[in-house]
Amino acid sequence: MKKFAALFLSLVLILCSAAVVAEGPIKVGIVNNPPSESGYREANVKDFETVFSAENGYEAKTFYSIKNDEQLSAARQFITDGVDYLLISAAETTGWDSVLADAKEQGVTVFLFDRMIDCDPDLFEAAVVSNMADEGATAVNWLLSLNLPEYKVIHIQGAMGSDAQLGRTGALDAQFEAGAMTKVVQQTATWDEAEAKKIVETVINSGEDFNVIYAENDGMAKGAVAALDEAGITHGVNGKVVVMGFDCNKWALRELLAGNWNYDGQCSPFQAKVIDSMIKTLEAGGAIEGLNEKKQIISVEKGFDARELTEEDIATYGLGE
Amino acid sequence: MKTKTEQRRSFFQNNAQLLVPLIALGLLIIFNLIRDPGFFSVELATNNDGNPVLQGNLISILNGASELVILAMGMTLVTAAAGGQDISVGCLAAVAGSAFVKVLKSGAAITPWLVLAGFLVCCVTAMIFGAFNGTLVSVFRIQPMIATLILFTCGRSIAYWINGGATPIVESPIIKAIGGFIPGVPIPTPILIVCVMGIFFALVFRFTTMGLFMQTVGINQNAARLNGISAVGMKLLAFVLLGLCCAVSGVIGVGRLQLINHETLLLNVEMDAILAVAIGGNSLGGGKFKMIGSVLGAYTIQALTITLYAMKVSSTDVKAYKAVVIILLVVLGSPVVKAWFGSVKNKLTARGVSAAAGKEAA
Repeated sequence: MKKFAALFLSLVLILCSAAVVAEGPIKVGIVNNPPSESGYREANVKDFETVFSAENGYEAKTFYSIKNDEQLSAARQFITDGVDYLLISAAETTGWDSVLADAKEQGVTVFLFDRMIDCDPDLFEAAVVSNMADEGATAVNWLLSLNLPEYKVIHIQGAMGSDAQLGRTGALDAQFEAGAMTKVVQQTATWDEAEAKKIVETVINSGEDFNVIYAENDGMAKGAVAALDEAGITHGVNGKVVVMGFDCNKWALRELLAGNWNYDGQCSPFQAKVIDSMIKTLEAGGAIEGLNEKKQIISVEKGFDARELTEEDIATYGLGE
Repeated sequence: MKTKTEQRRSFFQNNAQLLVPLIALGLLIIFNLIRDPGFFSVELATNNDGNPVLQGNLISILNGASELVILAMGMTLVTAAAGGQDISVGCLAAVAGSAFVKVLKSGAAITPWLVLAGFLVCCVTAMIFGAFNGTLVSVFRIQPMIATLILFTCGRSIAYWINGGATPIVESPIIKAIGGFIPGVPIPTPILIVCVMGIFFALVFRFTTMGLFMQTVGINQNAARLNGISAVGMKLLAFVLLGLCCAVSGVIGVGRLQLINHETLLLNVEMDAILAVAIGGNSLGGGKFKMIGSVLGAYTIQALTITLYAMKVSSTDVKAYKAVVIILLVVLGSPVVKAWFGSVKNKLTARGVSAAAGKEAA
């Protein structure tokens, strides 16, 4: 009888403790780049802080650094602290194997966001990332949907070889090759606003005709527009030249709203909700679905048309101030 | 009394160093005229604000070179007095521009007084940093390139810190006028600012002994000191004036797009500024200098860039083509080639003299 009582008591104890664990907050460790890096990162960090808050049932520890080694030691510390989930946006793509293996050993589930890591896909649960090629394709499809009688494009590229440049250039290059659009000039301004202005100025001086400016970020689009303004060439919704930018900075979206630009492509920094829902699924004992062969979930990204943009969109999707 | 021919000869000898940049500019102009006869045509257009503006490649070259020209002016002084170059001018311009924007952002609205205050703060900031560089060079006798390497490394980080990591935007008609056009004036404002800076330096050289003193310090420090010229003071002054030049370029840079991107503002301009001084025929080892040479050098560099752009050379390749032209220019202006040209000239004149003498004897 005593034995039974002891067994019963211990069972109750175990159940109680299990219930306590289940009711306690989910512990997550977030390793990210510092918010001061860019408008994109600022929005990204804010997004994670809002979603992984105490009200949503999380106990979040955060660490921000632009240095890979500092990120690595922070991740190790989080594993030692006994977090349930580790969310990482790595500064560099390499060097993470041993930390991720540690995490797996300790039963910590790893999610990657924004940036991929070069490692065995078994070491993480899922990655929520952007597909820059999709961004380019969305933008080019929008441009085609305008049904202009002709497309004479000034293409201003970002720093050559960067992910954003390769993705955003690809779709447009395909149109040039297919002959659907004419390449007036294709130059890199390495994300430099002033250089973009010079490039457009030179085309204007040469007297060549063009009706589309495809700039691979907002800053370069601003530079290009400055050159148009000085030359007295109209642009935007009712203008001669279609102006396209990327990144969705708030100030750029306001240019759209004012009708000065036509299109701005988003590079979504909002991955927290997707990860949140995946964690909730795992907690409920479910399995994560919808991953591609690289265990990625591609963020849904919008392109904003100046004719349909609202103030609300700017507040929701705009980056920076 | 010198005869007229002697005067003419000494004029040519005094200005011989300008030959290389003038020839280079001339060749670029001829090349462009052959390529496209309308290359230098300038027309009066109306911009989107309804103001008359001048337009064309010539204006683009003059306008686009403004920051470089101003920096080259300051770089000439530093080169002459310190016998070395400041490699932090682009970074300092970014810091100065950030300080300017910080002041503009501090007020509720951008008023002319606020812009003036911002400009003063910006100048003072840049001149303090200039004095810092100058102190390292003059008092601590550190090589200029090493001394300015410090600011070259940390300058953009300081600018980043001033801007809080963002790229602040300052939309205002006044700022737009600084980097673009003053309503009713068809000439781009940066060109006018270059003229103001040019007149400022011309007056300083005309009415003070600064130019001569800097030259003296650059040629022989000890001799200068024995003659009562403060080498430390002259070097410091050169760096402070370069700081002022950086501030002005930074403000123009901000004005062009009404934003400051501390990462890209005048990126790598230090190399072009040094190059402008070299193309202008100034000795990079200090001493005698001609500021007009550096100015011509700066315009040559910009003309070359615009020409390459107009030829649709991809901007990643532009640097390589630029390098080829620069090698030619620098070799052409090198002492060895100059000496060779001199000896050829002497031989020719000697042959002419002996031929004339032979005729006389006959």
